[in-house]
Amino acid sequence: MSATLLDDRPAVPAASEAESPLAHLSPEQLEQLGREFDAIHDEVYADLNDTDAKYIRNTIKLHRYLVLGARVMLLGSRKRSFWLGGTAALSVAKILENMEIGHNVMHGQWDWMNDPDINSKNWDWDTASPADAWRHSHNYEHHTFTNIRGKDRDLGYEIMRIDTHQPWHPVYLLQPLYNLILMGFFEWGVAVHDLNFEAIKAGEKSKEQVLEELKAIGLKARRQAVKDYVAFPLLSAAVTSAVRAFGQQQGQDTAESSGEDAARTYKATLAANFTANIVRNVWAHSIIFCGHFPDQTYTFSQREVENETRGAWYVRQLLGSANIEGGPLFHFMAGNLSFQVEHHLYPDMPSSRYAEIAPRVRDICERYGLPYNTGPLRKQLGSVHRTILRLAFPGGKSRKKQGPYTAR
Amino acid sequence: MAERGAVPKVPETRRRAMALIRSFTSPLLPDDYLELVNPLWSTRELRGKVVRVERETPRAVTVTIKPGWEWPGHRPGQYVRLGIAVDGIHHWRAYSLTSAPGREDGCISITPKLLEGGKVSPFLNGRVQPGAIVRLGGVEGTFVLPDPVPRKLLFVSAGSGVTPIMSMLRHLATDSRVEDVVHVHCARTAEDVIFGAEMQALEREQPGYRLQLRMTGSQGRIAADDVEEMCPDWQAREAFVCGPAGLLEAMTGHWQSRGCEQRLHVERFQADEHVGDGERGAGGEIRFRASAVVCHSDGEQPILAAGEQAGAELPYGCRMGICHTCVGRLRAGQVRDLRTGRVYGAPGEMVRTCVNAPEGAVEIDL
Repeated sequence: MSATLLDDRPAVPAASEAESPLAHLSPEQLEQLGREFDAIHDEVYADLNDTDAKYIRNTIKLHRYLVLGARVMLLGSRKRSFWLGGTAALSVAKILENMEIGHNVMHGQWDWMNDPDINSKNWDWDTASPADAWRHSHNYEHHTFTNIRGKDRDLGYEIMRIDTHQPWHPVYLLQPLYNLILMGFFEWGVAVHDLNFEAIKAGEKSKEQVLEELKAIGLKARRQAVKDYVAFPLLSAAVTSAVRAFGQQQGQDTAESSGEDAARTYKATLAANFTANIVRNVWAHSIIFCGHFPDQTYTFSQREVENETRGAWYVRQLLGSANIEGGPLFHFMAGNLSFQVEHHLYPDMPSSRYAEIAPRVRDICERYGLPYNTGPLRKQLGSVHRTILRLAFPGGKSRKKQGPYTAR
Repeated sequence: MAERGAVPKVPETRRRAMALIRSFTSPLLPDDYLELVNPLWSTRELRGKVVRVERETPRAVTVTIKPGWEWPGHRPGQYVRLGIAVDGIHHWRAYSLTSAPGREDGCISITPKLLEGGKVSPFLNGRVQPGAIVRLGGVEGTFVLPDPVPRKLLFVSAGSGVTPIMSMLRHLATDSRVEDVVHVHCARTAEDVIFGAEMQALEREQPGYRLQLRMTGSQGRIAADDVEEMCPDWQAREAFVCGPAGLLEAMTGHWQSRGCEQRLHVERFQADEHVGDGERGAGGEIRFRASAVVCHSDGEQPILAAGEQAGAELPYGCRMGICHTCVGRLRAGQVRDLRTGRVYGAPGEMVRTCVNAPEGAVEIDL
């Protein structure tokens, strides 16, 4: 630990609820820290090249080949092995599309390529949420006002109490239940999130605007439903019927009627697509909840962030986010949101660079006496669900936060 | 938003079939999957494949491109916007087409000259390989042969200024209409003459074509008097001049001094600092609604440039009114097209910020 930077820092006891590590840093230290964080961003941006471009192009290709393979396998979804293989491949494809591709492209991480096909303004993803609505509620609201109580609507998504600062209400008794439902249907939660029920109740949104937003959600939802629950199941049924007709021509006998056979195939493909959507939703929910809700992250009052400087903004992002440890494949499947800290410091940096800058971020944490929140998935996810269970009931204390980061 | 290629001419049945499959691919397009097989099959934008790269001089190459769909056609002398990825980043540049229209192999060609410190021309001059995929934007330009072609022509070119003129020459040669053409071309040395061999062959084959080369390295820059000497009946000819700004200025002044500037056609290479020659207005205040930026233009400065100067992050592409990347929805006020001087604009209309200045106060959804 570098002593010079910390010399004029008042001696503090182990971080308590009242004190965020932000308070320990002098304006000069914050300014210096801001410059250091800016420098990392600038260095990476100056170095972006063909290898980065190939990475995202290949990831997008991988997704499309996976989808093609999965959809073809599911044409034979009456067979158990095809059903399992197809569902698994489609789940993986949807996870990739949602996280490493969709989320990150829509953040503008690949806009530097100037490629109209991989551009935040043009992209739409394979979920129920309309792209424009998400760009507003996530890119703008959540990433600007990260973990500011009363401003960041991602804190509990307006329906859960995940912070002891939130006053208790009897409705929260149900939150373990609706968290479970949200887990399975996360994309729908995200889809309606931008409607902002608080704002509607307060009359801040015109009727026309709400209607327009509802229409966009409806249109997107219809297209998603038609694809997964009508078009592909019908195609499977049609292919099954055709194969069967061919088999009968060859003199093969089957016990079932042709109609029954087609109907079963329809249902099998529909079930496979539904399952893939649920798998994607549960995975996305888990990774994303681990990003801000483990009990080691900090939340902020609106007063704490008045006249916030660039350096203080970085510190807030750092304190409000949590990483998940894992191998390269895990990070890839998590859309690199397992580097939530790095992502919040640099939302527009290509996700493939987070792993590379993480040691430099930790080094800054160590030198400025700041925590760096990370842990394995079971620990982070465990603390998320424990908090949701505990805070369903009145009271609850903030758990003791970890101290400044030190390299082990 | 990043610039896209032109919308290709795709058979209607194909478009309908693609629209039907869309239920299966939403939110992606059938195109997104077809492009896995062949990127040229995109129906969203016209792309092309580089089929040949041939060295013309130490500092210029001819790149022959086969468009994925039928080439929409061009008039000899026009240019195309070309999008190409260099080190992962897409760049767009305008290049004069050097091929004659309607080539049998369906290909087009451009002949970029190496510019020191450039991004795209060094890539095309040495790094690009056959098989590379490029995006093809709109075809533009008013520096074209009139129809019908005048009997007597004078071409004056310097350096890579020969490129649009080569398309005209090739076009005339294919139809054997080279009746009476004088071509004055300047290059630094004999080695630097782009299309030197082809022009000399043309001179041997076509009695109506007379080539006058001037080596500026040894003979100095060309002046209007030199052109007069090389082509005494210049006033009787439809003249086409393409080259650096100095050459254009000298020739424009000369033709004007004799009152025959209506017979002179010039092509500027670099987009000028000011956009077009339209009449200027008084300008006005610009309110960018999405960026929450308010700024002012003096009537000379385009909306885009004024906004950028005030710190707004605005979309842009060609900055010359071609690609429509910079368009924004006009909410209030009127704008003046700096190229033509035309004043227009109704609320809700999409305007190109790169070539329009405000005419009084305007509000725009960007």
